[in-house]
Amino acid sequence: MEEKTWKNPTIAWIDRRMPVFTMMHHDLVDYPTPRNLNYWWNFGSLAGIALTIMIVSGIVLAMNYVPHVDHAFESVERIMRDVNYGWLMRYLHMNGASFFFIVVYIHIFRGLYYGSYKPPRELLWMIGVIILLAMMATAFMGYVLPWGQMSFWGAKVITNLFSAIPLVGESIVTWLWGGFAVDQPTLNRFFSLHYLLPFVIFGLVFLHLVALHTSKSNNPLGIDVKGPQDTIPFTPYYTIKDAFGLGVFLIAYLGFVFFAPDFFGEPDNYIKANPMQTPPHIVPEWYFLPFYAILRAMTFEIWFITAKLGGVILMFGSVLILLALPWLDRSPVRSGRFRPIFKIFFWLFVVDCVLLGMVGARPPEGVWVMIGQAATAFYFAFFIIILPLLSVLERPRPLPASINTAVTRSGAGAPAMGAAE
Amino acid sequence: MSMFVRAFVVATAVVLGPVVIGPTAHASEAPQPPAQNWSFDGFFGTFDRASAHRGFTVYKQICSSCHAMELVAYRNLADLGFSAEQITAIAEAGEVEDGPNDEGDMFMRPAMAADRFVSPFPNEQASRAANNGAYPPDLSLITKARLGGANYIYAVLTGYKEEPPHGVELMPGMYYNEYFAGHQIAMAPPLADGAVDFEDGTEATVSQMAHDVTTFLAWTAEPRMEERKRLGVKVLLFLIVFTGLLYALKRKIWQDVH
Repeated sequence: MEEKTWKNPTIAWIDRRMPVFTMMHHDLVDYPTPRNLNYWWNFGSLAGIALTIMIVSGIVLAMNYVPHVDHAFESVERIMRDVNYGWLMRYLHMNGASFFFIVVYIHIFRGLYYGSYKPPRELLWMIGVIILLAMMATAFMGYVLPWGQMSFWGAKVITNLFSAIPLVGESIVTWLWGGFAVDQPTLNRFFSLHYLLPFVIFGLVFLHLVALHTSKSNNPLGIDVKGPQDTIPFTPYYTIKDAFGLGVFLIAYLGFVFFAPDFFGEPDNYIKANPMQTPPHIVPEWYFLPFYAILRAMTFEIWFITAKLGGVILMFGSVLILLALPWLDRSPVRSGRFRPIFKIFFWLFVVDCVLLGMVGARPPEGVWVMIGQAATAFYFAFFIIILPLLSVLERPRPLPASINTAVTRSGAGAPAMGAAE
Repeated sequence: MSMFVRAFVVATAVVLGPVVIGPTAHASEAPQPPAQNWSFDGFFGTFDRASAHRGFTVYKQICSSCHAMELVAYRNLADLGFSAEQITAIAEAGEVEDGPNDEGDMFMRPAMAADRFVSPFPNEQASRAANNGAYPPDLSLITKARLGGANYIYAVLTGYKEEPPHGVELMPGMYYNEYFAGHQIAMAPPLADGAVDFEDGTEATVSQMAHDVTTFLAWTAEPRMEERKRLGVKVLLFLIVFTGLLYALKRKIWQDVH
């Protein structure tokens, strides 16, 4: 690393003893970034910003929220009505959850398409999967806090899943609840954990970035950086590109916050939780719908595995299988641009996830049960059968010689580039 | 734009699709409530004050005899333009328990501006006992707590049919309503032409009263809506201009790279 000299004497004094400014300069300014990143690469920094917005708005909300079964619902409404700009903080947080998931899902699909999970980025990818799991836990527990009908019944349905575990299931559920029903102890601990987990995610994001800055960014061509001609410094090029992307993101996000704040929500959650009255249709928030569909796809038992336990295994498996992705897809070519058959299956997989979401939103009746089962089968087949087979059977297109030759004017007309688009 | 981009845009639209389409599948048993023209709709929507005032009259004289509204305080009526004297007069009509006093006794006193709307029944059991076993829900958030929102509330208030269609057997004490899920509703038709006298001389037809009380209920559900939209317009206008500038800057900075 080249020694950076600081003009400001205070900064120089600190930096000599603790080189935080040199580190920041190294990772945020000089950081060599492939020159060909497209806008799909904006979603990583957007996810970091979404996390920050969630933590800040959440801390403010926690100053006014009361984690008590008799007061939680009313305290949220007090935030909406009597706290200065409370409505804004609440809507930012509520819609922020949806937009955090939108951004992260796009970020994950981008990684999938361009093979960002392949060597040397396996650990980077796996930390990302752990972040997704932590996000899901955080979102689930946060949704319980307003103590509306869907909060309560969602908590009940999801915690009850653990009762499917043989022998110890019932005890685990009692342990999770802190009693024999979803009640005050449950709400209290969910609040505690909902406040804790975002900081765990923050730490995981830091590890994600350490891993990223070690192996460096992948790029749309999926080929390695061959030298300085292939990269540009992060600042000013990607700081301005990310800033522009942030502007577009904020227009969409705040558009919902200010003009359709309840678009992503369920009307039932504006009814206070009533343990004596089950809502006609218990549905999770939209970002859990595909997993909910996978959970309900198991309608039959296999040997000693009950339908419920099978559904739970499949649901957790659908996320955990992502951890094994670097070893399921062994194709040496990263980018989907050069993998004609993978490209088709990638889009089928995207459609499959959307289809699972549609199934999850509906009551498990009639033809939707079958569709849900077929879509679940394809979901797992994509990872367990299709990707390993393609690693062997597919003939990738020839890769360009370097990023520079493929994307700059001097290199335009290189045959591989024409084939890619 | 590459095929990737286009396909992804389509995919995102489809992802968001089920959020909109999903719930309508549940409500298939009752028809979709027709969309009404609301003063609070749209980017610049505000609560029509005259309509909300009339709606408060309807709520006060009809709805509040069975339905509670525990999240709204009398002082909130100032948002709709009620004067301090009017609010005090409205509040004093209700009684709340207070205390203990210096002797240690609880006592009843007239409600004040700072109190929440006084509920017609002390608890759910009392409410059910007086209403044939049915529980009239709290109305504070009702337009947010029902699919279809204000349109649904209006549709239910105006959706009663004197005779159920052929072949539909009503349970005792139930009424037929076109828009209520399952069509059997325990609430008797609450509105009848001329049921209230409006101070401003507006004719109190069923549809007029339903429209006005729904406007009032939309306000109780989200009294900060006007503030939200006002701020939103400013924020979005700023962001659109600022993002445009960022884009121009991005083009400028990147021109030597391409």
